[in-house]
Amino acid sequence: MLKKSLAFLIMFIFMIALVACGGDDETTDDTGSTDDQTEDTTDDAAEEEEAESSGDGGSVEIFSWWTGAGEEDGLLALIDLFEEKHPDIEVENAAVAGGAGTNAKAVLATRMQGNDPPSTFQVHGGAELNESWVAADKMEPLNDFYEEYDLMDKFPEELIDMVSKDGNIYSVPVNIHRGNVMFYNMEVFEEHGIEVPTTLEEFVDVLAQLDEAGVTPLAMGDKEAWTATQIFENLLLATLGPDDYRALWEGEVGFDDDRVREAAEYFETIIGYVNEDHASRNWQDASQLVGEGEAAMTNMGDWAKGYFSNDLNLETNVDFGYFAFPGTTEDFMVITDTFGLPKGVEDPDTVKEFLNVLGSVEGQDAFNPLKGSIPARVDADASKYDEYGTDTMEDFQNSNLAPSLAHGSAASEGYLTKANQEVNIFVTQQNVDQFIEKLQQIAGDL
Amino acid sequence: MKITRDQLMALLFLTPSFLLIVIFVYGFIGWTGWVSLSNWNTLMPDMSFAGLKNYIYLFGDYRFQADLRNTVFFTILFIGFVIILGLGLAILLDQTKKANALFRNIFLFPMALSFVVTGVVWQWLLNPSTGFNQFLQVFGIQPKWYTDTNILAGFQWGSIEFGLPVAMIAVVIAAVWQMTGFSLAMYVAGLTGIPDELREAARIDGASELQIYRKVILPMLTPITMSVVIIMAHISLKIFDLIYAMTGSGANFVTDVPGVYMFETTFRGNYYANGAAIAIIMLLLVAVFIVPYLINSRRGAS
Repeated sequence: MLKKSLAFLIMFIFMIALVACGGDDETTDDTGSTDDQTEDTTDDAAEEEEAESSGDGGSVEIFSWWTGAGEEDGLLALIDLFEEKHPDIEVENAAVAGGAGTNAKAVLATRMQGNDPPSTFQVHGGAELNESWVAADKMEPLNDFYEEYDLMDKFPEELIDMVSKDGNIYSVPVNIHRGNVMFYNMEVFEEHGIEVPTTLEEFVDVLAQLDEAGVTPLAMGDKEAWTATQIFENLLLATLGPDDYRALWEGEVGFDDDRVREAAEYFETIIGYVNEDHASRNWQDASQLVGEGEAAMTNMGDWAKGYFSNDLNLETNVDFGYFAFPGTTEDFMVITDTFGLPKGVEDPDTVKEFLNVLGSVEGQDAFNPLKGSIPARVDADASKYDEYGTDTMEDFQNSNLAPSLAHGSAASEGYLTKANQEVNIFVTQQNVDQFIEKLQQIAGDL
Repeated sequence: MKITRDQLMALLFLTPSFLLIVIFVYGFIGWTGWVSLSNWNTLMPDMSFAGLKNYIYLFGDYRFQADLRNTVFFTILFIGFVIILGLGLAILLDQTKKANALFRNIFLFPMALSFVVTGVVWQWLLNPSTGFNQFLQVFGIQPKWYTDTNILAGFQWGSIEFGLPVAMIAVVIAAVWQMTGFSLAMYVAGLTGIPDELREAARIDGASELQIYRKVILPMLTPITMSVVIIMAHISLKIFDLIYAMTGSGANFVTDVPGVYMFETTFRGNYYANGAAIAIIMLLLVAVFIVPYLINSRRGAS
């Protein structure tokens, strides 16, 4: 009698243990969820029910790290549009919050390694797509898809190159952000009679001029090193020019090139003009200095525009202005979010339906105005975007495109991690020789 | 030998958790160790054998050297202050019988917070452009707290400067603020466990209050101190959340620790083998503290 109840008890303990382990899979996606996401999940549940009731056309799971204010709105608008067009397909929004995508990327890596890919996932065009997922043979080529929906001439050729490897196209870009933008406080510029600099020499002069006038010339917030890396990549683009800049990441131009050294020397000079407490600030804190007129300029991707107008309530071209990073006026440092089709997905045709909506003018115009980015397509409806957006759209079509290092397009995540590390050391020690030497050493990880 | 029913029951109850621990703790430690010896420094698994390559890389790495330095100084300062403050407060509480419970709760309360919360709160408190720091600026003091890259009492070791990073002090303050309550509680329990007869006896022998503490009470608290050191050591050697939330790696990695480096290497850089090697080194660092303690307590028991 006793033995029997004991056996039951042990069975019970084992079952609890099993349930606890098995539960893991389901909870992983929610890791690090915020209040925002809780709302989002309820929305989802409602959406799913709706879809289920209207028939069985398969399902599509969309994996991203878009859980922040504007980006989540954009994603939900896109999903709404898709559900309107395909009420029979069930949509699952598998967004993972936190850490600028770090958490999401870790979850994605685990799922891909375990052969459980989401239907489609957010990935930056360039090395983040090509050198990791494509190189690991985890992605389906989308050449036929591009042909079928006549997309080949709807995106700039350089952009299609960024999502291609060995002649095959692997993903569909949905948006474009620009990394080589300087935002400046117009009042400060006016007060000190400063003209917008277009070359690096002029830029250094302006920095010195502002410094003498007692204003912090450049605001930097490198609590996370990528903001400093972003300045360095813009300098590389300025000294090398777009062609050799791309060649650098393809290993055709070495880091011992004189122009790389020139960029490092400019970098050293520029760091001399940043706010003293840069290491304790993030990019928002740095942008705030510009907004409040304590600093004159900051280099940031165009998501800073959203921060200026939405968070600081500043008016575009009245309170703050923008210009291309000096020396890169003709160039466009591209950060693009794309979605591809992983291998081993149950229902590739359903996923392609989603990619079609995402790649359509309608889809891009639903998504981008909310997210604060510009559409990747060249034929989108410019009237849906604000002044900054239309300006940037025009630049996008008339500039040389260059892949961003700081945002994973130019080199692998591994290289970027190490490059950020070296940039962090350089910002404090400012030893050009050692920096160049280290960059050469880690070039093997490109 | 005959196994009694009680013993059988105990065995049966222990087996499930024993198995789970063997698989999910020791099994995964073994797996991590195996990964650390592999070439898996890409997105997809590559379990080919690499030998000690990943460890050799780490010890030549500037950042990892800085991490080890920071860990040593963080651990020494953190444990030191937690013990001194905890013991000091416990003795003061011991003297004030009346409000004892109230004070104990006040000091113990920070323990209820997670290190992440502590990190965020202290990041705000020490922010160079707010509150207390602006007040200091009135007197011409420009506090840099966690952004200072200076090294105190430094000397060169390999490619890095060995010494106490000034910025680390800010992290130590936050960590001590949180954990002092714990050592306080331990010492209060220890002090309550010392029978009044011993103090009385000492008093009759003509010992002063100070002498009673030095000669009678403190020696009796040694096992408590041992426990505090062990618990604090394993917290400080694998600390991640506080630093990640409060300062990140810091300029020139002055507040970087192996935990943060492991996270970034593994989950940002996809260097799984390197990350595993860092994790194993962290485990060994903790073992340096724990193993002698285990051996010691075994000896004490037998």
